Amino acid sequence: MTTHQPSALEIDRRAYRRGRERRSIGVAILSSLVFAALLWVSVFNTPGWAAVQRFFFSPDIALRALPKVWDGFLVNLQVLAFSVVTVAVLALLIAVARTLRQPVFFPLRALAAGYTDLFRGLPFIIVLYLIGFGVPTVMNTRIPPVVLGVIAVTLTYSAYVAEVIRAGIEAVHPSQQLAARALGLGYVQTLRRVVLPQALRKMTPPLMNDFISMQKDVGLISILAATDAIAAARSVASLTYNFTPYVVAGILFILLAIPTIRVTDWYTERLREREQAGAIL
Amino acid sequence: MTASPLLRATDLWKAFGEREVLRGVDVSLARHEVVALIGASGSGKSTLLRCLGLLEPIDDGQIFLGDEDISDPRVDANRVRARFGAVFQSYNLFPHLSVLDNVTLASRVVHRMPRAQAEERALTLLERIGLSDKAKEHPDRLSGGQQQRAAIVRAIATDPEVLLLDEVTSALDPELVGEVLELVRDLADDGTTILMATHEMAFARDVADRVVFLDAGTIVEQGPPAQLFSAPEQPRTREFLARFTA
Repeated sequence: MTTHQPSALEIDRRAYRRGRERRSIGVAILSSLVFAALLWVSVFNTPGWAAVQRFFFSPDIALRALPKVWDGFLVNLQVLAFSVVTVAVLALLIAVARTLRQPVFFPLRALAAGYTDLFRGLPFIIVLYLIGFGVPTVMNTRIPPVVLGVIAVTLTYSAYVAEVIRAGIEAVHPSQQLAARALGLGYVQTLRRVVLPQALRKMTPPLMNDFISMQKDVGLISILAATDAIAAARSVASLTYNFTPYVVAGILFILLAIPTIRVTDWYTERLREREQAGAIL
Repeated sequence: MTASPLLRATDLWKAFGEREVLRGVDVSLARHEVVALIGASGSGKSTLLRCLGLLEPIDDGQIFLGDEDISDPRVDANRVRARFGAVFQSYNLFPHLSVLDNVTLASRVVHRMPRAQAEERALTLLERIGLSDKAKEHPDRLSGGQQQRAAIVRAIATDPEVLLLDEVTSALDPELVGEVLELVRDLADDGTTILMATHEMAFARDVADRVVFLDAGTIVEQGPPAQLFSAPEQPRTREFLARFTA
C-alpha cells in the first residue's frame, strides 16, 4: 500500500504537468484541423479532383466490378492458402539443411545455400513466366494456372522464409544447445524441444512480414491467364475505360493485409515488453 | 559539512506501482566529496542514484544541483543530465562504436566539441588508464574490467559536476575488481565529486569521506567511515555490517 501523502509542492508540480498535457492535446487538435483544411483546399477543392473521382472512385463502376473482382479474389485466396502450407514445409527443410554441420551433409548444405541465393536473387516475375508459360510448354500439357501460381510462389517465398528460420535458429545462443546436449538430448530433440521454440519467438515478426508480402504477390498470378482479382479488374477496366475496378481490387488486398499487420504490430510490441521487462539498465 | 552542498535532495519519495522504494530520503553531497551508499539489494541505492541523475522521475521531494531546483518540471532535464556522469553495473558501452567513439560521443554530440579536440582529450584519458592502444577497438574486444574502466572514462570525458557510480564492480570477476576500484580512487584523489553505491565495504571505508546506510528506502545512519564501520549506532546497521565481517 502506498501511504505517502504528496507534499504541496508535488501537488503543484502535478498540476503543472497536467496543464502541459492539456496544452499538448489542444495543440494536436488545432494542428489536425489546420492540416485537414489544407488538404481540403489543395486536393479536394481543385478542378482536377472531379476527374480523379470519375476515373478512380466511381461508385457505379465499383458496384459493377465488385462481384467479378470478388470471385477473382477467391482464386487469390486459394493460391495463398495452398502456398502458406507448401512454403512452410519447404522452407523448414531448407533451413534445417543449411544448419546441418556434419561433413557428410555438405552437398545438401551447399544445395540449400544455392537455392536460397538463386530464388532470393531472381525477380518473382521471371519465376512466374518460367513456371507459368515455360513448364506447360516443355511438358506440352495444360496445367491449371492456380497450380502454377502455387509452385511459383512456393519456389520464391521458401527461399526468403528459409533464411528467416535459419537466422532464428542461429540467433538462439549456442549455450542453449550445449545445455540441451549436456542433458543427453540428440540433435533433432535439441532442435525440436529447445532451439525451435525459442527461435520461433525471434522469427515471428519477420515471418509475418513475409506473409504480408506474399498476400500481395499472389496478385501477380493475373499474368498467367488466371482469372484472379486483378485480371477481373483489368477486364472490367478495359470495358468501361475507368480505373475504379483496380481500386476495388486494391481495397480487397489492403483489407486482407490489415489484420496481419495489426497482429504483427501487437505481437512485436508484446515481445519487446517481455524482453525488456526490468531491463532499464 | 559545507555551507552550500553541490547536490542536495530533500524528502525524496519513489514508488514502482505499489512498492515504495524511496521513503523520504534526505541526502547531500559537497563539492569534491566522495560518498558511499551502502545497503542490501533492494534497499533503494540504485533508484536513489537514478532519481538524483534525473534518469527516473520522482514522486515527491526536491533535488537541487547548486542552487537550481532540478526536480522542477520546467527545467530541461537533458541539459541537467549533461552535468552528471553516470556509470552502471553492466558497463553499457555502445557495442557498435569503438572505445574512442564511445568516449567522445557526448563531447561531440551534446557539447558540440570539434572531433579532433574531443579525441585528443579522450586519448589523454585512455592513456591514463592504459587503454590508449584499445582506442580503435570495439568494446567486445575488451575484458570486463577494461570495459568498465572505459565506461567510467566515458562518463568523466565531459567533466561532469557529479559522478554517479552504481555498483560498478558487481558484474566483474574478482580479479578485475581491483583495476576498476583503482581508477575510482584516482578520480577521488583528483577531487571528483562522487556518489557511489557499492558492496565493496573495504573500499568504501578507504576512499569515502562519508558513508550512508540505506535500508528499505530510508537512510538509517550516516557518518565518516571510521565511525560508521567501527561503531555503528543503529542496531539495523550493526546487523547489516555483521554479515560482511563475519
